[in-house]
Amino acid sequence: MKFRTFAAFVAPSIVMMLIFIAFPLVTVFLNSFRITQPVVEQVEVETCTAGFLEQTCTTEIKTQPVLDAAGNQVTTTEWVGWLSYERVLGLAAMGEALAEGAWAGILNIDFWKALRFTLTFTLITLPLVIGLGLAIAIAVNNAARSLKGPVIFVSLLPFIITPVIGALSIRWLFYGDGIVTALLEQWLATDISVAANGWAIEILMMFYRVWHVAPFAFVIFYAGLQTVNQDTLESAIIDGANRWERLKYVIVPHLMPLIIFVALIHLMDAYRAFEEVVGFSSQAYRITLQWLTYDLLTPDDAGNRAISRASASAMLTMVGIVILLIPLLRRTWRDHHGKS
Amino acid sequence: MHLRSMLLAGATALTATGAAAECAFDNDTPVKMLSAGFEAWKSVTDAMAECGNFEAELDQEFRTKQPAAFAADPSLYHLGGVSNGTITPLLNQGTVRPLDALVEEYGQHLKPNQLIRVGGQIMAVGMMVNTQHLMYRKDIFDELGLDVPETYDEVLEAAEVIEEAGVVEYPLGMTMKSGWNMGQDFNNMFIGYGGWFYDDEGMPTVNTEAGVNALETMKALTEYADPEVLVSDSTYVQQQFQQGKIAMANLWASRGGAMDNAEESQVVGDVYAAAAPRAVEGGPPATTLWWDGIVVARNITDAEAEAAFRVAMEGIDTEMVQESNDEAIWLIDGYQPNRLAEGAIATATAQPAPPSYPSTSQMGLMHTALGNELPAFFTGERSAEATLAAVEEAYITAAKEAGLLE
Repeated sequence: MKFRTFAAFVAPSIVMMLIFIAFPLVTVFLNSFRITQPVVEQVEVETCTAGFLEQTCTTEIKTQPVLDAAGNQVTTTEWVGWLSYERVLGLAAMGEALAEGAWAGILNIDFWKALRFTLTFTLITLPLVIGLGLAIAIAVNNAARSLKGPVIFVSLLPFIITPVIGALSIRWLFYGDGIVTALLEQWLATDISVAANGWAIEILMMFYRVWHVAPFAFVIFYAGLQTVNQDTLESAIIDGANRWERLKYVIVPHLMPLIIFVALIHLMDAYRAFEEVVGFSSQAYRITLQWLTYDLLTPDDAGNRAISRASASAMLTMVGIVILLIPLLRRTWRDHHGKS
Repeated sequence: MHLRSMLLAGATALTATGAAAECAFDNDTPVKMLSAGFEAWKSVTDAMAECGNFEAELDQEFRTKQPAAFAADPSLYHLGGVSNGTITPLLNQGTVRPLDALVEEYGQHLKPNQLIRVGGQIMAVGMMVNTQHLMYRKDIFDELGLDVPETYDEVLEAAEVIEEAGVVEYPLGMTMKSGWNMGQDFNNMFIGYGGWFYDDEGMPTVNTEAGVNALETMKALTEYADPEVLVSDSTYVQQQFQQGKIAMANLWASRGGAMDNAEESQVVGDVYAAAAPRAVEGGPPATTLWWDGIVVARNITDAEAEAAFRVAMEGIDTEMVQESNDEAIWLIDGYQPNRLAEGAIATATAQPAPPSYPSTSQMGLMHTALGNELPAFFTGERSAEATLAAVEEAYITAAKEAGLLE
């Protein structure tokens, strides 16, 4: 291909990447090292607010941003080095907890609490997603031809449903007097409050994620199964290999690149888990790193938002994903290297 | 009931026929508004729409959108619906205009109570008040011979009796969902115990006796509430009431109408409202007062501001109140308080009165810190003191980043 043609095809995508990925990323990176603050002054203000019959007026010292002649807030921007990272990581509180030998205290710091859950969540759902996806793929592959269509459709449904809606529908099954909880209560003749237990919510969140993502693994593996060498399979049968041995020695090795691919995608997605927290309102018990970033970025009623800490938190999440991916990426790289 | 629905139907029919005629003037300047999405705002914006050239966006996410939208030049909206909590960023950024001249010209009929003044200037026009107060099932209280509780000690005693009688699933409903709701629940109780959130320097003052007392009373109350209380918000408690699962709750006055909505509620006519209970004898009711009202953007032309203000006045006039009387505790002339409004009025007029929710930058930070850190106390992970210390620490970190503390 001529360079010009190549460039013409690639340019739009590169421009988009620059505008929508590279530029925001650089901004986030810079914002995590600087803090922009309004310049504030203390003024005595009388505020009169509505009561039912008459007003209450109070005079108090208020901290207000200074406005310039044009009526805009005066702000200052300062480079603060690693300060926002220290704040997100809660290094001060962590030092205290360590000095007292209170290890559990560390898990009360938002970041570490979120990291603990996010890692457990990611690492436990990973084998379940791959295992379940593979199981469905093999089941569908062996199903009668007339059944395949409907089975594929039903298996894909959880993947098609909008994430938050999916999470909410599972929440409604279990929270309060949800159908499942009500049935369990009747069966066990006791009172069950799913949402009053951190671990129960944690299990539900993982259940939801596996339910939601397994169809993706299934589709990929099912496609892979169509390319398994039938000769190898037949010779394995002649050699006396049973079902399990054929799966272990023929099918899984053949699907290995796809398994790694699914694992990569899942690690990236699960580490950025967010909709589970919203869908299951789990903030009181479990939070994720992505939710932490979101919470820092959301303005409160007074309009304050912690942009610098949110940026630091986002950068830390990215670093976390990269660290998680390294073993898998190394393996892929080695495989390619070995072959060539 | 039958009569009431017929009257309502009649009123609706009248609105439909006389729509365009009801506005006192013909508005030819396009006016846009952004406000919260609850029923009262719907009635008000519908009434404004009668003037023509008016477009309203009712959005529960208005609080995140409003500051940026009003800071644009020209502002993306002419009018904003705010409360004393959400007006803060607009005042801080100076994106709303003083209304003295406009009130002088077009707002002579407004009651002095409706004119929200900051530093002597009218910055907003209030239309309704809201507060969290005690709502209870009168039928259950009568049956068990209980008096309406006036303090939280009495609430606990009543809850014990109701629990023993076993007439409802849980004696109490609580709006303690982690985050904003949880923070607000603490605010109410903390104020009831005489606490205040920060001092003149802006340093936090919640790790105090009042703070610990507030947390302990809240914990004692949760014993009588649904164990899933940390995911329960106002809507959830409202539904618990409607489905007859709870006997009392400290709930928003604006939720009162839903109790008598026959389509959703199984307890029509059974729920009554009383003043918010006091935390200590002789103290103020343990709650905060809120108002909702209208602001006009700064970054628009004076002509637009004038048209917008006139449209707004049409929205909050007596006619609107007569049509939507039960949807809010209106401040507007012509309002007839109904059975469920009694609680809010008793709360607002109590002596000593509960304070207004403070519109300050510090309060925003404090509310977030409380909402995020308090759940650990209720899940049993932390003691009251450790939790309040964590709240103060979170607040200080945030205040430093926001430039409010050195």
